Amino acid sequence: MDRWRRIVSQQRTLPSDDVPVVLATQGTHGPVVYAMNVEAVQRGVLEGARVVDVQAIHPDLHVEQADIEGDRKLLDRVAMWARRWCPWTVRDGVDGILLDITGAAHLFGGEARMLRDIGARFKMQGLSTRLAVAPTRGAAQMLARFGGGGVICGPDDVEVALAPLPVAALRIGEDTVRLLQRLGLKTLGRLMEVPRVALMRRFERMAAELNPLVLLDRALGRLGDPLNAPEDAVKWMARVRLPEPVIDPVPHLEGLAADLCRQMAKAELGARRLRLTIYRVDGEWRSRDVALASSSRDVAHLVRLMEGKLDGIDPGFGFDLLTLEAMGVEPLALHQDQLDGARDASADVAALLDRLTAKLGPEKITWSAWCESHLPERVERRVAALAGDVVAAPLILRERPLRLLNPAEEIAVLYAVPEGPPARFRWRRVAYLTARHEGPERIAPEWWRDRPGTRLRDYYKVEVRGGRRFWLYRQGILGDGRGGDPEWFLQGIFA
Amino acid sequence: MIPDSPLGQVISLSTKRLVQDVPAPNGGDAVLRDVVSGGPFDGAVTGFVLSCLPDSDAPVLWVSDRLARRENGRLYGPALRQFGFKGQVLRVEVSHPRDVLWAMEEGAACAGLSAVVGEIHGAPEVLSFTATKRLALRAEAANVPVWLIRSGDHGALSAARERWRVSSLPSDVHRWNTAAPGAPVWEAELFRARGRAPGTWEARHDAAARRPEDRFRLLSRSGDGPLAADREPAADLAQR
Repeated sequence: MDRWRRIVSQQRTLPSDDVPVVLATQGTHGPVVYAMNVEAVQRGVLEGARVVDVQAIHPDLHVEQADIEGDRKLLDRVAMWARRWCPWTVRDGVDGILLDITGAAHLFGGEARMLRDIGARFKMQGLSTRLAVAPTRGAAQMLARFGGGGVICGPDDVEVALAPLPVAALRIGEDTVRLLQRLGLKTLGRLMEVPRVALMRRFERMAAELNPLVLLDRALGRLGDPLNAPEDAVKWMARVRLPEPVIDPVPHLEGLAADLCRQMAKAELGARRLRLTIYRVDGEWRSRDVALASSSRDVAHLVRLMEGKLDGIDPGFGFDLLTLEAMGVEPLALHQDQLDGARDASADVAALLDRLTAKLGPEKITWSAWCESHLPERVERRVAALAGDVVAAPLILRERPLRLLNPAEEIAVLYAVPEGPPARFRWRRVAYLTARHEGPERIAPEWWRDRPGTRLRDYYKVEVRGGRRFWLYRQGILGDGRGGDPEWFLQGIFA
Repeated sequence: MIPDSPLGQVISLSTKRLVQDVPAPNGGDAVLRDVVSGGPFDGAVTGFVLSCLPDSDAPVLWVSDRLARRENGRLYGPALRQFGFKGQVLRVEVSHPRDVLWAMEEGAACAGLSAVVGEIHGAPEVLSFTATKRLALRAEAANVPVWLIRSGDHGALSAARERWRVSSLPSDVHRWNTAAPGAPVWEAELFRARGRAPGTWEARHDAAARRPEDRFRLLSRSGDGPLAADREPAADLAQR
């Protein structure tokens, strides 16, 4: 919900606070409520309720689509960012982050001040938090989710703190929660009082992650429950510190690239995206990005790519630090596919793509992509060569011109004949005399794509006196009720 | 081969055919070739270059500037396969002729391409003799054939090893329909060449030919008056 508020407030005005807002996700029977704002909570909207039901009760409901995948990605990134407080952090479920602050709290002046710091910093990012500190991971997540905000629980009072929480806090399945409630065990305190043997017999066959006894033991510290934190991302970076500021980065490029390639060669990796950053003496920094068609750690190639991009970089009064960073890396093993030492032709093309893209921009270097359509100008699309792949062209049975004008250009009919193309027409201020023609080939508008009222086209291949061959079409026919007299266009030039 | 004389080409009458096949420009030769469009908005140049490109799985780099695209339209991919061109085309569409020349030079240095084709409209200043000379040297060094299509320009200086001027002729008679245009015919004039004699030919492209070297044919135009006159009515047969 916080992320949604943040994104929406950048693009448009947020709905006012007294409007209930829910984020919906797709359920079995239509959209269901996934998250809601404060107003919706106060009005009693429940998570998992069907959106249509809620809309019937609250006609002023504002519904938005939830982006669950985006939430998860954000949480993963935030978990990494939370390593500013302690080295081991991990995402917990879809809405939590666990931090192992063992031995780290005193760096921030104790647990209470650390909690305040965490809360304040998340608030700065526009995210709301519920925090809890506990000796075990299970207890911390239960206290954070069910125990109110800012609980700090010492090693001796875990049982006391957990006792009033509902059994649902254990995050066992719904069935188990209902079963326990039916047995009268509504809080964890009651669950702890029950003799273990009876419960053990009851939940013997359950998996450890769903077994209330095991989870309770973990929360109380009777069973080990280590935190499995993901590794820090490795940064592939080379840097040069200069004793005094310089203006021209080019002489240092080769050293940087060699250093970076050496690091990547050790890990058998190749760079796909590079970023060169200069740190200027006045505290500013400037960077240039380069993308590669295939992963590479060829020093000469990287240097050549970078050199083309440095024209527009503004060195100011000079810079004294220069870094070259591989933003994206891919595995790249050494390989030799020919014994005679000849160069690999496809590698050459990939390198060429890199150079062209780096200098001219990705949208100018394209492969053809195909689209199933009858209209000639829609059949071919362009995809950037770095992003797309080569696709074989579809076979079109009718003859098509080698060159296509897009958009088609209108021609002036000088002498019309009732059947067939004009006998004389003027295009680009030159009059042509039709010698021979072939057609018509009728292409109807695509009703699933075009606007209603679009007229059909009759295509003719026309050879004019002198030998040039053009592709003309007449838009519409007389009396089709979609406009006045049909117009003539020239769309292609045949070989 | 036809022996050349200062008076023109000598056709030996002992051969069965009156006009003899002349070897097509060997598209595999890695040199720079200029093709000048004989008239405005003529698709013949594109057809001529496409039929001269070597058969290969490697892509062709096709570079064009903004004016060429606006004047003559873009190369239309779906038509290529029909025309008999099997390769892949890597398109580079830039606005300035300077970038066209740069991209062509980069392409000419890349042995992984089967050919490089550049299109430039008009006679911009950057397309000087020096620029074409650089291109020619690059092409020969890396063994990549380079074609430069020039439209709207008549006879500016160029260091290309072969210079052609291509324009459309009235097409052949259609096999089934005399009122329709048939297979395209072009007039190909080699007006400057290194290592071979210039001349003017009628060029045809046959997409259905089995062997790639048979697809492209150049025929000497007959200088014979009655024969040449015979051709004209044949072309205009449709009108009657």
